[in-house]
Amino acid sequence: MNRYPMWKNIFVAIMILIGLIYTIPNFFGESPAVQVTPSKSSTKLDPALLGQVEAIFKQEKIAYDGIYLDLRGVKARFANTDTQIKAKDVLQANLGKDYTVALNLLSRSPEWLHNLGAKPMYLGLDLRGGVHFMLQVDMKAALDKAAERFVGDFRIALRKERISYLGVTREGQSVQIRFSAAGELLKARTVISKDFPNLTLKETTDGADQLLTASLNVLEQKRIQDFALKQNIQTLHNRINELGVAEPIIQQQGADRVVVQLPGVQDTAKAKEILGRTATLEIRLVDEEKTDVSTLEKAEKGQAPLGDEAYKTRDGRTILVKKNVVLTGDYITDAGPGVNSQSGQSVVNVTLDGRGARVFQQVTRENVGKRMAILLIEKGSTEVITAPVINEEIGGGRVQISGMANTQEATDISLLLRAGALAAPMDIIEERTVGPSMGQDNITRGVHSTLWGFAAIAVMMMVYYMAFGVVSVAALAINLLLLVAILSMLQATLTLPGLAAIALALGMAIDANVLINERVREELRNGNTPQASIHAGYERAFDTILDSNVTTLIAGLALFMFGTGPIKGFAVVHVLGILTSMFSAVLVSRAFVNLMYGYRRKVNKLSIGQIFKA
Amino acid sequence: MELFRIKNDIPFMSYGRLTTSISLVTFLLAIVFLATRGLNFGVDFTGGTVMEVNYPQTANLETIRKAVDSIGLKEATVQNFGSSHDVLIRLPVKPGASVSQLSEQVKAALVQADGTAEVRRVESVGAQVGDELYENGGLALFFVCVGIVLYLWLRFEWRFAVAAIIANMHDVVIILGFFAFFQWEFNLTVLAAILAVLGYSVNESVVVFDRVRENFRKMRKASVVQVIDNAITRTMSRTIITHTMTQTMVGSMLLFGGEVLHNFALALTIGILFGIYSSVLVACPIAMWLGVNRANLIGDIEKKESDKKEVVEVIS
Repeated sequence: MNRYPMWKNIFVAIMILIGLIYTIPNFFGESPAVQVTPSKSSTKLDPALLGQVEAIFKQEKIAYDGIYLDLRGVKARFANTDTQIKAKDVLQANLGKDYTVALNLLSRSPEWLHNLGAKPMYLGLDLRGGVHFMLQVDMKAALDKAAERFVGDFRIALRKERISYLGVTREGQSVQIRFSAAGELLKARTVISKDFPNLTLKETTDGADQLLTASLNVLEQKRIQDFALKQNIQTLHNRINELGVAEPIIQQQGADRVVVQLPGVQDTAKAKEILGRTATLEIRLVDEEKTDVSTLEKAEKGQAPLGDEAYKTRDGRTILVKKNVVLTGDYITDAGPGVNSQSGQSVVNVTLDGRGARVFQQVTRENVGKRMAILLIEKGSTEVITAPVINEEIGGGRVQISGMANTQEATDISLLLRAGALAAPMDIIEERTVGPSMGQDNITRGVHSTLWGFAAIAVMMMVYYMAFGVVSVAALAINLLLLVAILSMLQATLTLPGLAAIALALGMAIDANVLINERVREELRNGNTPQASIHAGYERAFDTILDSNVTTLIAGLALFMFGTGPIKGFAVVHVLGILTSMFSAVLVSRAFVNLMYGYRRKVNKLSIGQIFKA
Repeated sequence: MELFRIKNDIPFMSYGRLTTSISLVTFLLAIVFLATRGLNFGVDFTGGTVMEVNYPQTANLETIRKAVDSIGLKEATVQNFGSSHDVLIRLPVKPGASVSQLSEQVKAALVQADGTAEVRRVESVGAQVGDELYENGGLALFFVCVGIVLYLWLRFEWRFAVAAIIANMHDVVIILGFFAFFQWEFNLTVLAAILAVLGYSVNESVVVFDRVRENFRKMRKASVVQVIDNAITRTMSRTIITHTMTQTMVGSMLLFGGEVLHNFALALTIGILFGIYSSVLVACPIAMWLGVNRANLIGDIEKKESDKKEVVEVIS
């Protein structure tokens, strides 16, 4: 009765094998590496990049241990950090601005493990060092800005319909229009509710004046907030690419927060500066009268003609633009790539708000045939994103910029137009920085706690329960193996509390084996045969093990639901540890006991330590 | 080797009054400490900044204090921890200043005062985040309690569920009492430890309750008190062995886990020690006083399982 059917033994063996395969990568350690990724998130990763990087290494005689291409980019490993840094410099010089070259650490595990998808556990910032920021998006500012835009839009709409009004003002997040006559208000109401369907309108009177108050309805508010958050995340992506971080994490958290994690970053001051930077867009006219070579050359040396400024375009040419700013980026509500229906050319579609549209119409009317430059001003440096020719007067706030070489360029430029600036200001409301030496210390601490605790438990179990103790320890070791394997497979973030949870999971998991062993002893004490005692012991203990694990599971799940950051890491490991312990303590240990006793013809005595008969 | 050689059942229930009184006293003491001293909440909950700075030589606290004072942070505390080379600086939330600006200022001031200073860890939490973590912590605790009560109710009986949760909440309060008395820092990891301990101690009650139920089935002529005494006596060996093992692991964390895991391990240690006691010697008497008996525990299960063959019945 103490034999597993063949399939069950095989199942246990396979699970252990899988556990081994996925645990192994954690033992190979990591070697210094560089990672090459396209610097624009819109740029597709070109497989030819691999050959290009290899060629650069060959040319510069840089020895690398391994190189491969994955979803994010090209990664290459080196024997030491000196070569790594040299390789980074060389790559940066050769590849130019289109690619970000970042320092990274890569697993030293052999190729075949990598092909199986077996990777080491993903270490959290407290173990590998780096910075964690939580940023709060100022949604009130985003909504205020939106309301401000409606003020201009309403004026234009009312004027267009020749409705007379006394004034349009913004009151918090709603817009108030003042009329002297109720008839005008009614007309205005029809116009506004038609043109701006997402507004809630309310009529009131203030003395002799009639008031129409328009406020953003819940849907529109949500849309504006979502847009602001998305755009801010996009902007952060672009900026962080510039920092050269190997595996940045930029995630939305809740309705108005963004979490940014930058592993390995030590210069927190620079990171904060880049995250908090405000970039602005400006639209200005190009000075078409001064395009001759000599003026441009002079301008490059810093002697721009009066009233002009010299800037570089994205392809490195110098261009003279007027100092006078036509519009700022605040008036751009949206930008996206598209295709011109007549020419089939790639274009960028830009949408301006009411006031912007009015100014734009006037400027384009007066400057047909001239060029208009769009500038991105960031951190004191200015770049001309694009300088299209004005073909005709443009009204209505819908602008199409043609002359894009391909869809890629159209996407890039619209991204810059949209994401150059933040949609709403952001504040850092939480910061956690861990230095690299601290990270290493934390790993050592966690690993030592686990191993010494495990060793002590192993000795005690073996002394107390003899052969059954050995089985328990083996089951516990397999529990550890499976837990590490699952964590590696899921690539769940392992934090220091996570490491503590591994230790704690082992300390708690042994309970199942103690329960079983005590039960078996009890059955023996009651005078049952050894085989029957094993059977009954496992059978009876199982219910108790299940019950007690469910309560622990409840605690783990609550921690997971309400915990943040490191606590979530603790909860994940805690819950997984309970599940693996159920498997190893019950199924695996039984398999071992079965192999030990189940196939003997006669068992007189179990090696489970001394038992006093009652 | 066998440590526990017990011939007769130990009459635990007759000590019920004593054990619960001891509990009541410790519980009340814990409440008093909590009320008078309060918990020393870490930055996770209060908001503020903690910086861990390492110096290659013995750190000069005076210079560091001066450096921190120089940027107008009079409320900052500067103290050694772990070794004389390591310094912990705590800054409260400063209204108007962003948490991240503050830490950069302090960092700059420290490096200016002594170029060898290495900032090893910075944790800055805005006041608003702290409040949320506080709220979520409370919610998590509440959710765990409700979950456990529901599960035990379904699996056993409401009397057991109530007894177990009272016994284990009393552990939680005692852990908090210790943290209040010694003014140990209460942070997120301590909260995690408390919740883990809550789940773990309930295990203990579950093991005993399981045995009580089984005994009701087997020991048909025994009284409720006898049944419970027998259940506790029979599971005692397991209880002590298991807790020794878990405590060994936690002890290893206390020894090797460093500053970050220290309070986590402390909370677990207290939880485990009191857990052994309360989940058995408090939960069982309460369940008994609530009127647990054969009928309400196995009433209908009895019928279903009556055709199962009874296993040898031994009452020593």
